[in-house]
Amino acid sequence: MPLWKNYHLAQSVDDALQALSRTPRAASLIAGGTDLLLDLQQGRHPAVDTLVDITVVPELTCLEVRGENLFVGAAVPLSRIVANHSVQEHAQALVDACNLIGGPQVRNSATLGGNVAHALPAADGTIALLALKAVAEIASLDGQCLMDLQELFIGPGRSALDPRREVLLGFHLPLHGVGDASAFKRVMRPQGVALPILNMAIWVKRRGDVIADIRLALGPAGPRPLRARAVEKTMAGRPLNKNTIDIALKALLAETSFRSSPYRASADYRRHLSATLLEETLQEAWKRAA
Amino acid sequence: MTINLVVNGKPYRIDPHPGEMLSDLLRERLGLTGTKIGCNEAECGSCTVLVDGDPVLACTYPAGRADGREVLTIEGLASLSPILLKKGKRDKGNGSRGLHPLQEAFILHGAVQCGFCIPGQIMTSYALLQRNPDPSEADIQQALKDTLCRCGGYPSILRAIQSAAYTLRTGEPIEPAALFSAAPLEIIGTPQIRPDAVNKVTGEAIFTDDLHFEGMLHARVKRAGVPHAIIRKVDVTKARQIKGVAAVLTAQDIPGEHNHGLVIPDWPTMVGVGERVRTVGDAVAIVAAESRDIATQAVDSIDVDYELLPVISDPVQARHPGETALHSKGNLLKHIKVRKGNVEEGFTEAEVILEHTFFTAITEHAFIEPECSIARLTPEGRIEVYVGSQIAYADRNQIARALDWPEERVRVIGMLVGGGFGGKEDIAGQIHAALLAQATGRPVKLLFDRYESFHVHPKRHATQIRIKLGARRDGRLTAMETELYGDTGAYASLGEKVMTRATTHSAGPYEVPHARADCYAMYTNNPPAGAFRGFGVTQSCFAVESMMDMLAEQLSMDPVEVRRINALRLGSVTNTGQILRESVGLLECLERVVAEMYRRAGENPFTARIVEGASHLRRAWGIALAYKNTGLGGGAPDKAAAEVKLRSDGMLEVRTSSAEIGQGLVTVLQMIVAQEFNTSVSLVRVLLSDTDLTPDGGPTTASRQTYVSGNAARGAALALRQAITATLAEKFDVPPDQVRFVEGLVQVNGHSVRMEAVAKEMLSEGRPPRALYEYWAPNTQPLGESGDMHFAFSFAAQAAEVEVDTRTGEVRVLQVIAANDVGKAVNPLGLQGQVEGGVVMGVGNALTEHFIVEDGRIVTDRLARYRMPSIVHTPEIISIVVEHPSGEGPYGAKGVGEISSIPTTPAITNAIFHAVGVRVDRLPVDQENIQRRMSL
Repeated sequence: MPLWKNYHLAQSVDDALQALSRTPRAASLIAGGTDLLLDLQQGRHPAVDTLVDITVVPELTCLEVRGENLFVGAAVPLSRIVANHSVQEHAQALVDACNLIGGPQVRNSATLGGNVAHALPAADGTIALLALKAVAEIASLDGQCLMDLQELFIGPGRSALDPRREVLLGFHLPLHGVGDASAFKRVMRPQGVALPILNMAIWVKRRGDVIADIRLALGPAGPRPLRARAVEKTMAGRPLNKNTIDIALKALLAETSFRSSPYRASADYRRHLSATLLEETLQEAWKRAA
Repeated sequence: MTINLVVNGKPYRIDPHPGEMLSDLLRERLGLTGTKIGCNEAECGSCTVLVDGDPVLACTYPAGRADGREVLTIEGLASLSPILLKKGKRDKGNGSRGLHPLQEAFILHGAVQCGFCIPGQIMTSYALLQRNPDPSEADIQQALKDTLCRCGGYPSILRAIQSAAYTLRTGEPIEPAALFSAAPLEIIGTPQIRPDAVNKVTGEAIFTDDLHFEGMLHARVKRAGVPHAIIRKVDVTKARQIKGVAAVLTAQDIPGEHNHGLVIPDWPTMVGVGERVRTVGDAVAIVAAESRDIATQAVDSIDVDYELLPVISDPVQARHPGETALHSKGNLLKHIKVRKGNVEEGFTEAEVILEHTFFTAITEHAFIEPECSIARLTPEGRIEVYVGSQIAYADRNQIARALDWPEERVRVIGMLVGGGFGGKEDIAGQIHAALLAQATGRPVKLLFDRYESFHVHPKRHATQIRIKLGARRDGRLTAMETELYGDTGAYASLGEKVMTRATTHSAGPYEVPHARADCYAMYTNNPPAGAFRGFGVTQSCFAVESMMDMLAEQLSMDPVEVRRINALRLGSVTNTGQILRESVGLLECLERVVAEMYRRAGENPFTARIVEGASHLRRAWGIALAYKNTGLGGGAPDKAAAEVKLRSDGMLEVRTSSAEIGQGLVTVLQMIVAQEFNTSVSLVRVLLSDTDLTPDGGPTTASRQTYVSGNAARGAALALRQAITATLAEKFDVPPDQVRFVEGLVQVNGHSVRMEAVAKEMLSEGRPPRALYEYWAPNTQPLGESGDMHFAFSFAAQAAEVEVDTRTGEVRVLQVIAANDVGKAVNPLGLQGQVEGGVVMGVGNALTEHFIVEDGRIVTDRLARYRMPSIVHTPEIISIVVEHPSGEGPYGAKGVGEISSIPTTPAITNAIFHAVGVRVDRLPVDQENIQRRMSL
């Protein structure tokens, strides 16, 4: 049984939505396909009747500043995101993260939309987007809507998107303002699956030595990608010093639920690394915000 | 849906098949087989092609997506070559091959070894240079991060890219590797490029899966998928009914012997009803069908009833009294004993006694080319099997036995081998393909996917090694007692030999007056373990070299000094009682590595240094020694035959069945024959691995081919030279010493005779212009009997500098200095590849590779879960060649394939100890464990 029967190269959002809805049998959207195709090949995803390719749909491959926001189309290949000057200016954490996903060849196919739609708790792109306060734009046959990124995640590997009726169009990120910057870091191990042991993204707004505002996301620290709001609260308005970090760390350990994954990392190791990453990532973002 | 695309400048209009990937379209429809499939899971990078200028992985790129796009494959690259090289501006013998500078540079820098990954490497590099004409090392590492080379050719790949970039920027010709000297007078000892390199950089090189025969069927194998069971029923009814299925065979359909095996025939070709499944990869049934999809569907429809049995998952458990016997003679494959002196006495003399147990993991060869066999019947009623195998004659023997045919009816035709490292010595799909061809009368291709490859071929043995060591306060060893457990998995393969080598080498390259070693090579329900570069010594070297550092630590001695005073030297007696009479370059290896280490590190290489500006990073050096036998040894008759022929076109041709698996044998043989005839290597052809055409060179294993097949080729060349001399001396009526071979001609009495004419002359005289020579290596003695167990040993010292991140426990290897006593560097360019690749593989063994089996089931069942080192793990490698000639070896040469990889792991783990005080006693290095123990 072939992995798919029909391959539809959608030309517009409407075309993609129509193709999805008119196929009575199994159909699936495909962007870069760097996960989906492997799932199909290795039997984790049943064969489908139709693959609806969205990689040439203009709305989804758009990457531009729109008014107060930066818009990153869901089907823009990661390599384009990394090389884009607007992203480099306004969303450094996203550049850091996208540059670490897969290898160079994979990044020429893989997309941010795919990274988000897979809803894995430690997806690098997703974690960066969360710290950057991304808003997702979703299209269905009924029209388009905006959704806070965090609401998209239901559980490990489960997103709120209706795979037969909805298409993720892209992400709106606020433009960078005075004294703010972001960074992303992760820790891997050299053996086994190329999933991070722990990753973290921080956006910080700096006023002199004071953390005027901060957003922090990390994974895997629970069933969904985590935006650590309680940690943010302990830090906002405080000077950046050891005391602030200690308090933040305490809050971080309370807000997260680290698990042990066989052959990858124990929960203890993750707890230890969360402290390391907090300091390192914050330092980097802080430096950039200067 | 119809797509329009341009491939290598040519427009095509194609209807993609359901499920078709770009790689299928290129390879199967357009015949562009230069794009290789290594993993088919977007991990290895071999299938990299450019789509609209961007490198992508063709194995996971739907063909339909290529609509309206331009695709560039390796086959199209040469046509994009700048005018400069096309015109054939000659320099240092290169430049006229019509290649792109990248292709030329890969050849001249020795970046091509087995060649399977090379199209992907070159395409990835090309995309980089299009974007960045002057890439730094870091840029190259970033771009090639996920384009894997299991030969570990990364350092030369890097040099090749920089060299090509320079040429493209400046128009200057490619500068060959620095090893090339201006005017070589000799052939032996001067760098030579591989004769197969050109085809490997253009994509024209044919590996087994690139072959296609008319009417060819595709085979798949039903694997047990359970580690231990008795088969109660196999139902193939549904499979046989599927349209397009040509044959479904089970154990009862095997005409001949049901088992295969290189030493002990204990490995069932298929497990029959009522018989025992011993590992997940066991075959239960085989299918041949019109397409791979149909064959897969048929295999999936086969129902097998198993009576599941408890799993024996480690060798210690396997030795428990009362454990189920996996084989009729029990679970003990072999109890291997080494005895020298009296260890009790040695421990009494000791002033310090240390004891520790070490654990090493199963590791996987992960050659980038998965196993593939094609079998087809000939009109004469014979069978031909095309396969990239390390031992063609053993394949022939085992295939013939299974078919119940005489060996002469079977011809094994060796194809290029996309990496072996010991993992292509046993039968993989050869017998299954032959059985299906016999049953259907049609050609049958059996290609393993990565999952199947991981399940079937034997791995490196996981071991548990306890060493008790006694020494005097001055560091002199008095006794060494070793107990080893080796997990040989479900079948013997070469397990007994491997664990014997682990045991005999378990006291390290040191003279220990009293030694006792006991090894239990045990059957378990894990995948079988067999040969893997290092052949058991990789494991015991890690244990004993860690112990030597622990001894130095205990005695507050310099780790170098402890080794220096105990190192094997001329006159030393090994722990198997062999007196070393010649070719012991160990101390020179040690001294030269140490000198280079001090030159780089300053005064205290073994003291941790904090990296400036990064207080969390610690650096330090570690050192390790090793030795490794060349050849089979242990009393096994070790011989190789070769034939040298003068063809009617005046070319010389050397033939032997020995395998070229990337190591460079083909160049070595070519050089030897050229040297003996005082001619150019370009006038010598090499034909390998064809059981009809090439005499038996024996197995390509044990670092033996340069030595044994090299000697055979040399002997055959000498014999042919003598025959030619005799013919011409007679014809011209001169004494034989007036017949001289000069640069491809024979000079007699002022006449120059062309080689074509010589061939003609000999034929007309009724003397065939060819000579066969069978070389027998010196006799060796079995373990336990006095005398020499091996006819030669190679020696090595390595020093590694690591950097440990104290916050995370992460380890990076920064530099490795490697000195190898190889007797004689026949081809320095090939040697460089072996040394650098060996070190890279050693880095993998230490840091990245862990083949995980849980209760007999493979956890790391795909390349995505099994990490081999990539270019980003590759340290700076400084190779020092030490040449203590071996009397019998050709021009003094001895083996190098394994020794270069063996000491890397303990050099790294010893460096980790010096950096952060954590002793690694379990492989691979676990960064979490390091971080945790550091904070204790």
